[in-house]
Amino acid sequence: MALKDELGRWGETVAGDFLVANGYDVLDCGWRCRLGEIDIVARNGRTIAFVEVKTRRTERFGHPLEAITPAKFARLRVLAGEWCRVHRVHAATVRIDAIGIIGDGRAVGSLEHRVGLIE
Amino acid sequence: MTVGRTQSIALSGLSGHLVDIEADIASGLPALVLIGLPDTSLGESKDRVRSAVANSGCAMPPTRVTVNLSPASLPKQGSGFDLAIALAILAGTRDVPAESVGSCVHIGELALDGRIRPVAGVLPAVVAARDAGARRIMVPAGNRTEAELVPGIEVIAVASLAHALREHGADIVVSDVDAIKPPSESEPLVPKRDLSDIVGQPDLVDALITAAAGGHHMFLLGPPGAGKTMLAERLVDILPDLDARDALEVTSIASLARVAQTRRLVTRPPFIAPHHTATAVAIVGGGSGVIRPGAVSRASRGVLFLDEAPEFATTVLDALRQPLESGDIVIHRANYSARFPARVQLVLAANPCPCGNAGVTDSTCVCTPDRRRRYLARLSGPILDRIDIHVPVSRVSRAHLFDDTASRLTTAHARERVVAARAMAIDRWGHDRPDPTELRSGKFRLAPVVVRALDAALDRGAVTMRGYDRVLRIAWTLADCDGSPTPTADHIGRALYLRQGVPA
Repeated sequence: MALKDELGRWGETVAGDFLVANGYDVLDCGWRCRLGEIDIVARNGRTIAFVEVKTRRTERFGHPLEAITPAKFARLRVLAGEWCRVHRVHAATVRIDAIGIIGDGRAVGSLEHRVGLIE
Repeated sequence: MTVGRTQSIALSGLSGHLVDIEADIASGLPALVLIGLPDTSLGESKDRVRSAVANSGCAMPPTRVTVNLSPASLPKQGSGFDLAIALAILAGTRDVPAESVGSCVHIGELALDGRIRPVAGVLPAVVAARDAGARRIMVPAGNRTEAELVPGIEVIAVASLAHALREHGADIVVSDVDAIKPPSESEPLVPKRDLSDIVGQPDLVDALITAAAGGHHMFLLGPPGAGKTMLAERLVDILPDLDARDALEVTSIASLARVAQTRRLVTRPPFIAPHHTATAVAIVGGGSGVIRPGAVSRASRGVLFLDEAPEFATTVLDALRQPLESGDIVIHRANYSARFPARVQLVLAANPCPCGNAGVTDSTCVCTPDRRRRYLARLSGPILDRIDIHVPVSRVSRAHLFDDTASRLTTAHARERVVAARAMAIDRWGHDRPDPTELRSGKFRLAPVVVRALDAALDRGAVTMRGYDRVLRIAWTLADCDGSPTPTADHIGRALYLRQGVPA
């Protein structure tokens, strides 16, 4: 496994723990279909959040959340719909979140959770 | 989350509007969204601001930032909003005290390294800010001298964004940078010309002084080489210095047109001589995007000289009719308009015919009568009717070269006479020109014996009613030049001659 993928896996674990600690149920992790991958699907009450996790070691090349481009975001929306269709879920509210982590694979420097992205 | 606010100025023509700039630092993916009718160069401001902030020791917030320029319906152009946008964002993130930023107006374009570039039109923008009640304005260091021409507002000149942040009380390290200078300009050459250069044409010098004293438009008709251009240039020399208000207006136009780097107040009336291939837009102003002042506005409070007037396109000459009448020009676009001053003294020059030799002793005109008629007919009509002083200019013979130079009037003396004549007119009429009816039948009505020649001309059909009023005005100007309290029959006679000197 490449170093960067390892960091990404670690970041997703950190994000999952963070969500659980904040009262979410993690329904799915690393769900794949032919359109792409959803990092985390989590439920909080009647809301389902599709969470994209981005991890970087430093901010030297920009904040991790800057890596989520409009094209990437558009794909997330499609993936969210696809997940709901496959799992026959009709949640009251569906939203897309992002979690940006700066850390080295052992300690977390910072973690930011952006809720309900619109674009 | 948090909102940062500040102000800047949007110019349309010479008038500026205060624009509120608010930056909302919201949750969301990192993005910078600019709304409020920006044009392309303002839309690109996003990328300049992002780089400049990063290179000034601050960080753009990694969230969604919405910048709104209000009033949202007012179109905004140019790069002068960069500084205000950057400071509104940094006030929103509390990198700089929001109160200080909010109470100041900002103008300036950002370079990617965080330095601040000078922009055009700072002078009218500072005037607009002051008139809108702003007490402090921050401008690029390169525009400092220009901004400081405006009294009644505190000007803070800054060389870089870091410098601006420090001025507002941010805790930031400011490194010394070289301020970006506006394109340098050599000192304007002082024209080495004098009224006494004019040889052997005392009538012309008198006509010139009359035109200068009364602000009358002139038409110079004569063969090539007779000195028409020379005369027009000397007309602007004998005009009095601009008063404070006019000087600010002329300097503002120059700043807006970027014809010159504005280091000091322009105190002499401008002289603008566009080439006869100029388009209507070049003369009256216009252009895509930013509306720029045309020659008639750049010559405002001075002289607009159209050499070879019949060669100008008819549409161009006709476009001048309205500004000549109203003293300003309004250029309309679909969603806004710009008003520029256009209070010019118009001087037209023309040859008598295409070959230039008609009516000249010892030369033969080779033009057919029809060509000659058509040549000057391009000028006739409404434009010529608005011109008070028609002067035939003839070639000077060798005998005049040895005239006594000491007896010729110098520019300095002529200007004194013009200033004295204008002072008399202002004493009598105030700053406004008199109403025609007031001259004809009001308290300034002249005795019948004085205006007998003019009445006769009107009866003969030699002058129109408009012409009648114009002759009266010229006669008053002539009286002022002579220091006479009211025009005499002699003044009326000379006025008639000036009005009709050219058999048009």
